[in-house]
Amino acid sequence: MVQILVDNNIIEAENGANLLQTCLENGIYIPNLCYLNDSQEPFAACRLCFVEIDGHPVAACTQKVSEGLQVQTDTSAVRSLQKTAFRLLLSVHEIKCKECSANKRCDLQRIAKFLKVGLKPKGLEIRLKDPGLDSGHPYLIVDQNRCVLCGKCVQVCLQKHGHSYLTFAKRGFDTVISGYIEPDDIPLTFSGCTLCIDICPVMAISLKEGIKS
Amino acid sequence: MKKQKEKGKKLNPIDNKIIDEKFGAIFAEAQRRKKERQNNSIPKIHIGLSTCGIAAGAMETKTAFEETLSQRGIEAQIHCVGCIGHCYAEPWVIIENSESGFPPIFYPQVTAGKAKMLTKLYLEEGDPRLEHILGAMEENEMIPSVWEFSRFSKEKRIVMDLCGKIDPDDINEYIAEDGYSSWAKALKSPPDEVLKQVLGSGLRGRGGAGFLTGKKWELALKQTHLEKIVICNADEGDPGAYMDRTILESNPHQVLEGLALCAYAIGAHKALFYVRAEYPLAVKTIQNAISQAMESGIIGKDILGSGFDLEMDVFQGSGAFVCGEETALILSMEGSRGMPYHRPPYPAERGFQGLSTVINNVKTLAAVPPILKNGASWYRQTGTPESPGTAIFSVVGNVTHPGLVEIPMGVTLRTLIFDICGGIPDKKKFKAAQIGGPSGGCLPEEFLDTPIDFDSLIEAGAMMGSGGMVVLDEDTCMVDVAKYFLDFTQKESCGKCTFCRIGTWHLLSILQRLTIGEGQEGDIEKLEQLSHDIKNGSLCGLGKTAPNPVLTSLKYFREEYEAHIKEGCCPAASCRALSAYYIDLDKCARGCDACVGCCPVDAVFTTSNRKKGIDQQLCVKCGECKVHCPPDYNAIFRISPAHLAPIIERPKEENQ
Ligand SMILES: Cc1cc2nc3c(=O)[nH]c(=O)nc-3n(C[C@H](O)[C@H](O)[C@H](O)COP(=O)(O)O)c2cc1C
Ligand code: FES
Repeated sequence: MVQILVDNNIIEAENGANLLQTCLENGIYIPNLCYLNDSQEPFAACRLCFVEIDGHPVAACTQKVSEGLQVQTDTSAVRSLQKTAFRLLLSVHEIKCKECSANKRCDLQRIAKFLKVGLKPKGLEIRLKDPGLDSGHPYLIVDQNRCVLCGKCVQVCLQKHGHSYLTFAKRGFDTVISGYIEPDDIPLTFSGCTLCIDICPVMAISLKEGIKS
Repeated sequence: MKKQKEKGKKLNPIDNKIIDEKFGAIFAEAQRRKKERQNNSIPKIHIGLSTCGIAAGAMETKTAFEETLSQRGIEAQIHCVGCIGHCYAEPWVIIENSESGFPPIFYPQVTAGKAKMLTKLYLEEGDPRLEHILGAMEENEMIPSVWEFSRFSKEKRIVMDLCGKIDPDDINEYIAEDGYSSWAKALKSPPDEVLKQVLGSGLRGRGGAGFLTGKKWELALKQTHLEKIVICNADEGDPGAYMDRTILESNPHQVLEGLALCAYAIGAHKALFYVRAEYPLAVKTIQNAISQAMESGIIGKDILGSGFDLEMDVFQGSGAFVCGEETALILSMEGSRGMPYHRPPYPAERGFQGLSTVINNVKTLAAVPPILKNGASWYRQTGTPESPGTAIFSVVGNVTHPGLVEIPMGVTLRTLIFDICGGIPDKKKFKAAQIGGPSGGCLPEEFLDTPIDFDSLIEAGAMMGSGGMVVLDEDTCMVDVAKYFLDFTQKESCGKCTFCRIGTWHLLSILQRLTIGEGQEGDIEKLEQLSHDIKNGSLCGLGKTAPNPVLTSLKYFREEYEAHIKEGCCPAASCRALSAYYIDLDKCARGCDACVGCCPVDAVFTTSNRKKGIDQQLCVKCGECKVHCPPDYNAIFRISPAHLAPIIERPKEENQ
């Protein structure tokens, strides 16, 4: 076990443990969307989990804990990056909280509250995808205007099934999560697995009508 | 166990004798062939047949030579070589016609017609047609030599020395020029010796970041518990950059030798070339080079009797810019989507399929054989203390002699652009040099005396990148340049991390608004803030450097951004929506119809006194009229903002 200092709290953790997970487990919240607990290779894509170490902002999910590590979670550089990343995500997100199944359970709402910012991406043009619903998967619908591309669905599916039935598709700004079924892949019946639906921080994935979990 | 055996073998003098004997025989055969070629007095025609030459018509030139030679019954040898780097001269040939008494002569722009003419007049009749030459390839008493021309004399070729001189498809031509001698030498000494020389040379990676090559190899060497693999990165996705392709197509064996030396230094038995599939000729050339090297026993099993094994192969990437980034490259080779991941672990610690992986750029590897041959201190004589060796740039844009240039590090931008590449054509003024491609920056005139080396360029706000340079003249709009590069990075982002995927799109969208006159107060600050955050927040090098074109153009050309926003004016009069063409009636010649005929939308009309005017409503601003207006009149101008164009009324009767 080693000791680290997060803001003013001394925390004990296993040497080499993941910094983000350590903070979260010790009740110190750091905004995050893409980190999966005990992940060996953190995806590090959402860019919300910044903390400051040695005067530099770094993504907490990519840091390992070591003796004497000093971490600040609330510096202006950290907040500036977090707010910008958050606004960027909102600039492609359909804000219809009242009608949204994720309302009150949504990680975006939680982060907005934590960062004390609204859900309107101030100063940025909003650009939604049309059509927003992707039904390329035989059993699932992905709402592209909710999805934050954290990739958790792809990772859990891969872990569970050995390869993922969801994948990143297209490039650049147009990148989306989409169904990925090779012709000889199709499971004849829906297995009942809803890991991807359950893990999604914004409830962007749902079962198609008539499919029962 | 294996390691010990290798080490033991290296130090065994009997094995060294075997290596000497085996390589000696290969070298002697290559020399014999070279002598045979030299002693044969028939004329030789060297033609540059890399992708660039072929695109300029070199295949047609070659066919024309072949046909004319056979029609006229002339005996000559056509020697297919790679690219010499002088793009402005493509398709070029060098003719050696020793019986005529002239030295070898360089001819630029040899079309099929010129090829026929030269065959007849020079090869048959002995008249070299001096009006068509660029110069002789050697100093002589009769005709000026190309070495009087600074495009030739100020270069210093270490990596590209043999490019354009040898046939890339014939391993013997490389060996005859001392090729693979470093390899044979290395195999006779312990691997540390190679590492020591590379470390001592101070060689820095030419793929962009300038990381010390020796240090990278050392890190891999330390991973004693892992098997190793070495990869040559030839993804080369920067728009306008083609150095790596040219080197692979023109002298693949030098890169192959460098890769083999790298493998030997770190104890890898597998080596791969990652080449984009859009480079079919480079792929073919390197594949052929590998099989020839295998056949000669230069790679493969028990190489030259040394006991060292090395397998080589080519992997074809599907041509995404981001796959040049080393972690994305590894994923793409493993069959996954090319999305960079966080480092550490560095590839040397855990890379392709969990192996300790060394990835180096084509130019980095090609510098290794000369370093081993001549020694680390020889290499350090060129370049600067912190950036030893040479830099290879593809210089394109508004410059008189574009092409590939290899210069010592530390040469200034001014020397490169004005002395070597001939400056800006059409008496236009220099505006900026965009260095380092989409990750680089635009440097204005004040920076012309900046030495070209890794650190000075970064200090100035640009970067070496992989060595693309676009020279821009006064007619270029800097907002438009930034938009061009952001459009590229935005499309090429892998889409993984928030800043790069969405942030670059917002930058682009603001820039687009500026270029159509819809800029708003506060846009500049927004660009700055976003750029700053994208730089600091992105996961990989693509996002971290993507805002550089915006940041440098904002830093050095801020007034242009302001003019777009505040006055709807593009100072270079280049943005279409903000500018207009008009005809100066004082200069326009009565009765001349040049502009009328070329206008695709019939926007040019005749005024009551038989001069011309442009109907601004119809004009699509293609600029054809300006091109076609005879130089004696030069009556057509472009102006911004558009409303400043003088109004010329269309005569009533024409209107109907
Ligand atoms: C977006 C991006 C694209 C890159 N493209 C290339 C490339 O095409 N060729 C290359 O050699 N290195 C490229 N790199 C750099 C590689 O990641 C790596 O640093 C390099 O291949 C290491 O070789 P070196 O040490 O010889 O420079 C790229 C990096 C980034 C971030
Ligand atoms: S949780 Fe660290 S980048 Fe997403």
